[in-house]
Amino acid sequence: MGKLITIYVDDKSYQVEEGQTIMKALDKIGYHIPRLCYHPKLSIEGACRVCIVEVEGMKNYVASCAYPIFDGIKIKTNTPEIRRARRDIVELILDNHPEDCHTCERDGNCELQRLAYAMGIRSRHFSGEKKQYEKDLSSVSVIRDPNKCILCGRCVRVCSEIQNVFNLTYAYRGFKTVVTTAFDLPLSDSVCSTCGQCINVCPTAAFLEKNYTQELFEKLQDKSLIKIVQFAPSVRAAIGEAFDFPPGTSKEKETVAALRKLGFDYVFDTQFGADLTIMEEASEFLERLKNKGKLPMITSCSAAWIKFIEQFYPEFLDNLSTCKSPMSMLGAMIKTYFAHKMNIDPKKILSVAVMCCTAKKYEAARPELFIEGMPAVDIVITTRELAWMIKSAGIDFVNIEPEEFDEPLGISSGGGAIFGATGGVMESAIRTAYELYTGEPLMEIEINDIRGFKGIKEGTIDFGDFKVNVVVAHSLGNASIILERVKREPNKYHFIEIMGCPGGCIGGGGQPYAGENAIPLDEELLKKRAEALYGIDRKKTIRRAHNNPAIRRLYKEFLGKPLSEKSHKLLHTHYNPKLPKGIIPKELTLR
Amino acid sequence: MQENVSSKEDKLNLLKEYLHQFKNLHRAESNLITILHKVQDIYGYLDRKAIEEVANSLKIPTSHIWGVATFYHHFKLRKPGKHIISVCLGTACYIKGANEIFTILKEELKIDKTGISEDGFFSLEEARCLGACSLAPVIMIDGKIYGNLTAKNVLQIIKEYRKKENKEH
Repeated sequence: MGKLITIYVDDKSYQVEEGQTIMKALDKIGYHIPRLCYHPKLSIEGACRVCIVEVEGMKNYVASCAYPIFDGIKIKTNTPEIRRARRDIVELILDNHPEDCHTCERDGNCELQRLAYAMGIRSRHFSGEKKQYEKDLSSVSVIRDPNKCILCGRCVRVCSEIQNVFNLTYAYRGFKTVVTTAFDLPLSDSVCSTCGQCINVCPTAAFLEKNYTQELFEKLQDKSLIKIVQFAPSVRAAIGEAFDFPPGTSKEKETVAALRKLGFDYVFDTQFGADLTIMEEASEFLERLKNKGKLPMITSCSAAWIKFIEQFYPEFLDNLSTCKSPMSMLGAMIKTYFAHKMNIDPKKILSVAVMCCTAKKYEAARPELFIEGMPAVDIVITTRELAWMIKSAGIDFVNIEPEEFDEPLGISSGGGAIFGATGGVMESAIRTAYELYTGEPLMEIEINDIRGFKGIKEGTIDFGDFKVNVVVAHSLGNASIILERVKREPNKYHFIEIMGCPGGCIGGGGQPYAGENAIPLDEELLKKRAEALYGIDRKKTIRRAHNNPAIRRLYKEFLGKPLSEKSHKLLHTHYNPKLPKGIIPKELTLR
Repeated sequence: MQENVSSKEDKLNLLKEYLHQFKNLHRAESNLITILHKVQDIYGYLDRKAIEEVANSLKIPTSHIWGVATFYHHFKLRKPGKHIISVCLGTACYIKGANEIFTILKEELKIDKTGISEDGFFSLEEARCLGACSLAPVIMIDGKIYGNLTAKNVLQIIKEYRKKENKEH
């Protein structure tokens, strides 16, 4: 703990630790200064000026997010003059913002709206020019509407500081300043990983997922289609938040029930796909170990990570596991195994996935994952889109009667559930690989070294005659740190898990917006979501993928064994380098 | 000043040679503005391939370069038009309606935000007093002054430039 100093806030004195900003000090003693561009996980920008306070002796108001405290500092937070100045600042931000709140996707969940209310803006003093930009609808995952942008820069910072993608920048100047990509390229032609973190941190609707709810509502009415849906582990861990349940409330069976009410004929579990992925991936890992294949092997579940490696690190593509993601594996099984079993023409199947992820929309559209010329998953919607559909259809999610998944593709192990949290894929893979290799079940089933929210987590698992070194990274920024490390020390690790988003899928770009008094990317929030998944795992009697009876039946009836010819055809793929080539800045390569 | 090399390949080689000195610097991007000046010297504008070369060889994210390049008016983001039109917006010309002349030209030539016409044939720039106030409003095309302009005769002038171009081809 640092030295304590005295600060005066609105004439009251407090003892606080030195070496922090006014905002941080005030947060701890119960003053929440209004703010907009500030984000605790990102660098300080000081762009919006909403967080101004008065410091005695200073000619101008200072931005409390950036100004350091000192012994004896006298701060005023709420004088009529400051209130007026803050109000005007927010109104000037509103001034060139479209006044279309009632038709806006983020109506009711917009930080600018909340701020305008809190500042007491009840009538307008200024009126000026509005921005006029075309929306960028090029990407299948993320859409960009610069008209709604207030230039807080959180997206620019999350894209460069957390994700190391550096796709977004401020360009031009003055009134014409806009957040855009290099050469103003459409997102679809840029280095965008489609992770959607820009959506999560955006205070307005300048970034949104590409919305497929209308199309889905229509298709759900189509009597000629068999409507089949799957949803990801992390959806159940977060969807409750959209209905005001406290974070960390698992809503697994409620989601199943809601999906049936929306009109789906079968509700399957992406966790089944996860178990299948583990069977293939653990076998692939052991195969690579045995036959001196390319190591370290890197997981391939995260769709944003796949696009990132294709553009930024194509030299590591051979290290990537050839396994498709759980979503795509399950999609493939729905259109082959299940269709065959039920005697359904796969062309008549509408395969839908609800994901915590915007990148999965991109994944579903990838031709390298098609099954006999068809996409394995036809439509991907995010947790947010599903929550909206449930509300829009008037389904009472809060009081809904829980229902069970359909069989057989709805049965899963606990290992499938933890896929959603960082480290979960590795943990589940180790549970299975260990037993496949040694013939004995792994005693310490919960591998604590690779749980938690440290950016990079290392662990060593003793396989008897040798030790497997594993490492887990979440966020693309941490992914690139690991890959730079592997370049220098190619033999350091055997197995690497990478998830594109902070916290893993639970922190995905398609998860419910952080509500009032919550912060996107907040670790406490992510922890609670992760705990929901670990809770599901603990409650399962079957916690290892290879013990899932439905998986065993699938291999017996259809696939043969892991890595069989049929598995290779349906469950594995290969990715290729993509342009434009992403650039990792030098500071990072030296780190 | 444009360096005297013509082929695309020569230009790229010249740039590569120039960039060499920055490669081992810890923070090459501190020199970014100087480097962009050089690119503009060689190409006459900030060519996309050239920016990508800078980005790749110095490991500076392309978006970062784009942010800097678009911030400064000096940097041209597209190949300038064959003919440079400067519209005088000095006091005398302004009073005599230079602003309308500017708008007419902007619309007629379909000038984009980089100041270049859709067909790439003209660049349109603002100028502050060309010293021909008695002829206000005036424009200058490639150094030649045209005065006493009206909405009508300014379009006539553009027409003639286009006609001449068509004849040459």
